[in-house]
Amino acid sequence: MSKLTVAKAITAGLARAMEENPKVMLLGEDIGSLGGVYRVTEGLKARFGAHRVLDTPLGEAGIVGTAVGLAVRGYRPVCEIQFDGFTFPAFNQITTQVAKLRARTEGRLSVPMTIRIPYGGVIGSVEHHSESPEALFAHTAGLRILTPSNAQDAYWMEQQAIACDDPVIIFEPKRRYWLKGEVDEENSPGDPFAAAVIHEGTDATVVAWGPMVPVALAAAKAAEEDGRSVEVIDLRSLSPIDFDTVTASVRRTGRLVIAHEAPTFGGLGGEIAARVTERAFYSLEAPVLRVGAYHLPYPPAAVEDHYIPDLDRVLEALDRSFAY
Amino acid sequence: MESRSHAGAVPSTLTRHQLLDEQGVVAEDPLLSPYAADITVEELQHLYRSMTLARRVDEEGTSLQRQGQLVLWVPLRGQEAAQVGSVWPTHPSDRIYPSYREHAVAFERGVPPAELMRYFRGLSAGGWDPEQYNLNPYTVVLGSQTLHAVGYAMGASLDRKAAEDSGSPLDGDPEAVIAYFGDGASTEGEVHEAMVFAASYDAPVLFFIQNNQWAISVPFATQSRVPLATRAAGYGFEGLRVDGNDILGVVAATRYALEKLRRGEGPVLIEAETYRMGAHTTADDPTKYREREEEDQWGHLDPIERLRVHLRTVHCVDQAFFDTVAAENDAVARQMRADVLAMSPPEFVDRFDGVYAEPHSLVAAERAEYLDYQAGFVAQDDSQDSDSEGVGA
Ligand SMILES: Cc1ncc(C[n+]2csc(CCOP(=O)(O)OP(=O)(O)O)c2C)c(N)n1
Ligand SMILES: [Mg+2]
Repeated sequence: MSKLTVAKAITAGLARAMEENPKVMLLGEDIGSLGGVYRVTEGLKARFGAHRVLDTPLGEAGIVGTAVGLAVRGYRPVCEIQFDGFTFPAFNQITTQVAKLRARTEGRLSVPMTIRIPYGGVIGSVEHHSESPEALFAHTAGLRILTPSNAQDAYWMEQQAIACDDPVIIFEPKRRYWLKGEVDEENSPGDPFAAAVIHEGTDATVVAWGPMVPVALAAAKAAEEDGRSVEVIDLRSLSPIDFDTVTASVRRTGRLVIAHEAPTFGGLGGEIAARVTERAFYSLEAPVLRVGAYHLPYPPAAVEDHYIPDLDRVLEALDRSFAY
Repeated sequence: MESRSHAGAVPSTLTRHQLLDEQGVVAEDPLLSPYAADITVEELQHLYRSMTLARRVDEEGTSLQRQGQLVLWVPLRGQEAAQVGSVWPTHPSDRIYPSYREHAVAFERGVPPAELMRYFRGLSAGGWDPEQYNLNPYTVVLGSQTLHAVGYAMGASLDRKAAEDSGSPLDGDPEAVIAYFGDGASTEGEVHEAMVFAASYDAPVLFFIQNNQWAISVPFATQSRVPLATRAAGYGFEGLRVDGNDILGVVAATRYALEKLRRGEGPVLIEAETYRMGAHTTADDPTKYREREEEDQWGHLDPIERLRVHLRTVHCVDQAFFDTVAAENDAVARQMRADVLAMSPPEFVDRFDGVYAEPHSLVAAERAEYLDYQAGFVAQDDSQDSDSEGVGA
């Protein structure tokens, strides 16, 4: 057991995967000598060599596209995209090639690669550094999507993604990179694609992922003071989504609030709301409610707090749910 | 820094142009000398003023960021000649597409320093009015603006052609467009497409690359085996490699390119070889990836110092001039600081108005929801206030 930040847990997870499998290699901008702008790959170039930690030229399509070739060739490439908003030069490669090569070849070629994308806001930065584009990728068949909310998951999910024979995108909650937690290097938390009930409750369920998980937990604590028992689910995987765990919880609590940083419109909250309504309609005491950002481009830092859902917005949604 | 050798590499044979050498002495260059011959000492003093103003504001930017007054600052130190020298020869009617470090370009275009700081203070996504200064907002997604510049230039050509065809040709010089980007951005795929389109449509666009040797921590050697100007030939247009710390060379190369564009013989690429003397941004720590020795070497090639020596030794400009300029720049920086500190934060609700040109039902609904939600807080605060008053009374 070690106490690590989320960022250092990812470093440790990557290092272990590289130790155990010589075919694992990292590609990205500034990931070598600098160790990445968030220092997530710090020390890995010195330890594993420039042939396994590639400080690439600047080109996201280049990073992801060459990783496809490397993966087909038998490597396990891990691509780093520097910030969420810079994923899009690689959008073509990710959605038309990474996601589809296996289906195109009727299973003859696999693309076992990992794409790490630091995502989410409230870091007080300029445009393109604070986005939550997970729904754009979840909508594309052929990709798996993970998002850790804590150090233990961060450590293991990197390794599980690398070991997976399908392409996996890991959305890393950059504003939680410094969040510390216990990492158990011996015992894996199990299936990375399963959701986790991280706080039990009986009156309502809050589903969150990545950077919003601590907010959801804070909401459960605050609700407790008002005598409400709120269950919190950390979704962990955004493709596939573990609807069984969510549905089972809602059958018990009768109420569901989904909170994410991404805009509400067209966000994954809508998909969860629809599935749960289909599966547990007669258990619902209130409509499923969503808390997300507005249908606006991510705003300048001075007003980002108004855009991203916070504790108050989650509590307000819970109040509305209880009011039915 | 890693050295890279490549078996089978084909070296570039491009000339590196220079008019003002490292000692501030004017050198002859067969291609470019004619384009700098008529520059007066007053004009040189203007260029000096612009370069030093940019540096002074840049220093103030870093200090404001350190004091928590900006969310980020992007230093331009070292690139003053490349920036001022390339924008100074443009006409106000020439459209400029900057990247994100082109503060000296913006100031030369008339953007007040405080206006530019709105972006870095996290108050605005753009900063200035692009139409007022004929200057696109900064583009952070590397290379994206190069395509926009090409399209804008295509439009300018089409307009001119249409006016000619209709028998009422446009007055004045044909417009030119400049797309600024870095050595790092030059390797993004979109930049390739921009060059292909520009070549196909003879777009009057100048691709102006500031090769400052670094893309955050990635050295130039990772981006290219050869000077970037070499690439132009592959697309079938002219590429010039110029000492980017030489204000005369940059002015002359830009004038040469703009003339060509106005004759309808574009595009042109200029690679200005310069150096990012500071950090990538205030969030960066260059000691992690580059040697002090390299910084010192480039320190001796400082573009401002070179022009100062030239003004002093060749044109006998006296110390009073330099002192006055420094004092004026200090005053501008002080005023900018005061303006920045006095800026009030934007209203979030205004964000709902800027997204669509025409009414959008979802945005309208969410705007109303937001206001409702905020009103809920005000109501709560009021009731708390009255409670506490009740207790006090
Ligand atoms: C598409 C994209 N990828 C990554 C980034 C992150 N990033 C910002 S600046 C930069 C380096 C750019 O270097 P260069 O083009 O040489 O310009 P310079 O910063 O040296 O002026 C990087 C990688 C980005 N802004 N856009
Ligand atoms: Mg550069």
